Amino acid sequence: MEITTRSLWTLIHGMGFGALYLMACSGALIALYRCYSPSLPDSVALQDDRFLKIYLVAMTVLAWITVLSGTYIIYPWYRAVAPAGVSSLAAFPQQLLKSNPATIGWHSLGMEWKEHVAWLVPISITVAAAVVFRYGRDLRNHPQLRAALWSFILVSFLAAGIAGFFGAMLNKNAPVEGGQTIQIMHGE
Amino acid sequence: MPNGSGAAAILAGGVGMFAVGALAIAADKSALLGKLLVFYSPTGRLSGVTCTAVLIWLSSWAILEWRWGRHDVALARINAVAFALLGLSLLLTFPPVAELF
Repeated sequence: MEITTRSLWTLIHGMGFGALYLMACSGALIALYRCYSPSLPDSVALQDDRFLKIYLVAMTVLAWITVLSGTYIIYPWYRAVAPAGVSSLAAFPQQLLKSNPATIGWHSLGMEWKEHVAWLVPISITVAAAVVFRYGRDLRNHPQLRAALWSFILVSFLAAGIAGFFGAMLNKNAPVEGGQTIQIMHGE
Repeated sequence: MPNGSGAAAILAGGVGMFAVGALAIAADKSALLGKLLVFYSPTGRLSGVTCTAVLIWLSSWAILEWRWGRHDVALARINAVAFALLGLSLLLTFPPVAELF
């Protein structure tokens, strides 16, 4: 059983950082509601406030490392141009997708959307984390700020979902492969 | 606590996200801009589009924080503008919409 370094990076980016971020989004929305609902007693809100701040910082870090690893590590491998005379496009995912009318849409719609929409995620979650840090429990007195936070976290969830879906489908149709081979275990 | 600091973060976030969509379209339509936005060649113009958008976002945040940080502002109107920018940013990054320009 073996895996290439490029494939491993793609796994870390998508299944590690990206999927973890998507799962964390629902938690953030629930925590935001629980923490700053005016009907909650103060003792609960104080504990939850501290938790939510740490949680949102972790999400912010996760969002940034996901887009940075995607843009600067994996994307260059995806868009690498095959030298003239190459017989197989397996190591050149973008060209492989564009070479077939049945798969070209995964690039022209999927990757073209994913590469930009993914960048809305770290911006929106950084804004949400900054506002929670600045206001903390005082958010209970600012319903309009709470509404904005909800919207920013929802947009980040939606954008991460779009990027994650197309990332998975792109990797299914034209996997990013290559680099050194890592032997995980020997079969019998 | 005045709401100005939160409003600054929210509006700047909307501006930054809108900048991602707008710059992506501009770089696609203008060959010169597309070339200028190649900050890191293995990633192509995506590097310039995103770095410039992040710069616009952080600069607008700093300016708005400086202007509004210690005041109360009309948050309903600012939220409406920020929500419109969020919606537009999602639309502008969608390739069939970007093709309309």
